Amino acid sequence: MASPQATATDRPAPEAPPALRAAARRKKLVPYWLLLPGILWLLVFFAAPLVYQASTSVQTGSLEEGFEVTWHFATYWDAATEYYPQFLRSVGYAATATAGCLALGYPLAYLIALKAGRWRNLLMILVIAPFFTSFLIRTLAWKTILSDGGPVVSALNSLHVLGLTDALGITEGHRVLATPLAVVCGLTYNFLPFMILPLYTSLERIDPRLLEAAGDLYAKPITTFRKVTFPLSMPGVVAGTLLTFIPATGDYINAELLGSTDQKMIGNVIQSQFLRVLDYPTAAALSFILMAAILAMVTLYIRKSGTEDLV
Amino acid sequence: MTATAPTERTGTEVRLTKISKSYGAFTAVHPLDLTVPGGSFFALLGASGCGKTTTLRMIAGLEDPSSGTVELAGADVTALPPHKRPVNTVFQSYALFPHLDIYENVAFGLRRRGIKSVKKQVGDMLDLVQLGDFARRKPQQLSGGQQQRVAVARALINHPQVLLLDEPLGALDLKLRRQMQLELKRIQTEVGITFIHVTHDQEEAMTMADTVAVMNGGRVEQLGAPADLYETPRTTFVANFLGTSNLIAADVLDASGSDLVLQAASSKLALPAERCTVTPRTGGRLLIGIRPEKISLTHADDAGTVPDGRNRVTGRIATSSFIGVSTQYLVDSPVTAGAAPLAVYEQNIERDRRLVPGAEVVLHWNPGHSFGLDAAQSIEAGTDAGEGT
Repeated sequence: MASPQATATDRPAPEAPPALRAAARRKKLVPYWLLLPGILWLLVFFAAPLVYQASTSVQTGSLEEGFEVTWHFATYWDAATEYYPQFLRSVGYAATATAGCLALGYPLAYLIALKAGRWRNLLMILVIAPFFTSFLIRTLAWKTILSDGGPVVSALNSLHVLGLTDALGITEGHRVLATPLAVVCGLTYNFLPFMILPLYTSLERIDPRLLEAAGDLYAKPITTFRKVTFPLSMPGVVAGTLLTFIPATGDYINAELLGSTDQKMIGNVIQSQFLRVLDYPTAAALSFILMAAILAMVTLYIRKSGTEDLV
Repeated sequence: MTATAPTERTGTEVRLTKISKSYGAFTAVHPLDLTVPGGSFFALLGASGCGKTTTLRMIAGLEDPSSGTVELAGADVTALPPHKRPVNTVFQSYALFPHLDIYENVAFGLRRRGIKSVKKQVGDMLDLVQLGDFARRKPQQLSGGQQQRVAVARALINHPQVLLLDEPLGALDLKLRRQMQLELKRIQTEVGITFIHVTHDQEEAMTMADTVAVMNGGRVEQLGAPADLYETPRTTFVANFLGTSNLIAADVLDASGSDLVLQAASSKLALPAERCTVTPRTGGRLLIGIRPEKISLTHADDAGTVPDGRNRVTGRIATSSFIGVSTQYLVDSPVTAGAAPLAVYEQNIERDRRLVPGAEVVLHWNPGHSFGLDAAQSIEAGTDAGEGT
């Protein structure tokens, strides 16, 4: 850590009194003291469990006989081949939910950032208001909303939409609950604020004079959006999609409460391997595969969107 | 170079008719009639909040006027959105697109009008502003002066009928600003486009513009050539805002002749009647104004050497500051009646070593250099002390 203080005190003036030098030395240590609590926290609650999981993933044995590290890497292969449908489904649901969040969140963030005027703060509070209620309670509420006799199903029925969605395979037997639609809706709902907040931040930061300048240079409002507003909001788009996509891929609550066995996501598999089947190595291996897959996808995405210097 | 070839057109006339802008109860621009002759370099000069930028933005279409019309070359454009108006703006702090490089910034307007082959035009334009080597840089990699030139290039490449400049040099340091003033003036002469320049810097307005409109409180106080405004201000605001003026309240002793006879304290002063903006009447009051550089200082011991026919006022030097080309004196005099002391700028040709603070002096000037203003106005309007009046 080459802090400016450190370089300044590397060569103390020869006549510096000892008291002054001691003070300088103490000052040099300040950054490390400030880092200490965070580092300790990460060591205990992140690094240590990670190492523990890694070791678990290469163990064999059973709950009765105990588990032992046997460097049994085949667990990874077995887990991946057995559960790849759930992996693909997780990525598919998360990607759809992310797209949904972007489609719903962008216009809203745009409105709040650029058009809301004095209503801006109130609207932002409304966006984060759901956080005041438990995630679980809100998802359970969706169970009621999407239930067979509930308002959504009757509305869709009277519009004869469910026949079409049944045919497309996103609903089943004229019901919404326990279908892919329900899970994706739940994910979209639960992660929407994570999309809106970064979008709002980057839209709000755009200098309104740039939009005026575009208009002054013959850009129609839609062209101004396409050529100036949207490119400048890319950091928010990237951050929002990551904040939505990453947790949505590993989510299990929405599939658990709003889906059936046919909508199980990888999070549900990991949960049941850990808590029901008690096959710890498989659960740990699945967690690592998920982590690696997400890392790979995110890296590719950031490369592709070319926003490394913007984020 | 197509971008800079002098065009046959003589520039577009801009006509504002009864144009005004209010925000709720606040009137930013009072109904205003203004005609900017085609091909001229026109400056809107005023302190911040005087309505000059609002006026400019109404011409650009960035602000909807509360009333009145904007005409370009006789065509009413009041209802047109900015992207349909044949004008371009150089924004204050430039508003360059940070996600586009210099080349794309300059090409932006051409591309929006569906012009496919922009390469030659953009290249020529970048050469004109001497930024050819910077085409692929991003705006934030350029210095303030370079960004300013990109902003000018980005606007000029479209051959607008009118170029609007909103305090374009405000962010530059003094030396660069001087250089850019001359540069902009040169470009304007070359392309013959009508330039409307908004600035709060009176020196900048006078250096660059053919015609200056001095704005104050949402109104145009006076409009004219820089020299006319300077030599014959019509209000105390113009007199004080454009350079420095000594304003002396005086009684009119005789208004019958071609030269008015005025009295301030014990001094009798002459003022040509035609240099007076109000109709004077004997027994009334007037403000007589004189620019500091028009006044000569003579030590009281040499009072006899002052030629006849000059206005004379006595005083005592309060402060003197040497600034190289000149020495600026502040002189306490009975004629100011306790108001701000009189300012005198003496060129450093032959310095009289007796002219130091405390010295008794005679101030004298050619009566033809003075001007008369309505005494009903605030004497401090347009000065720092009278800000906002």
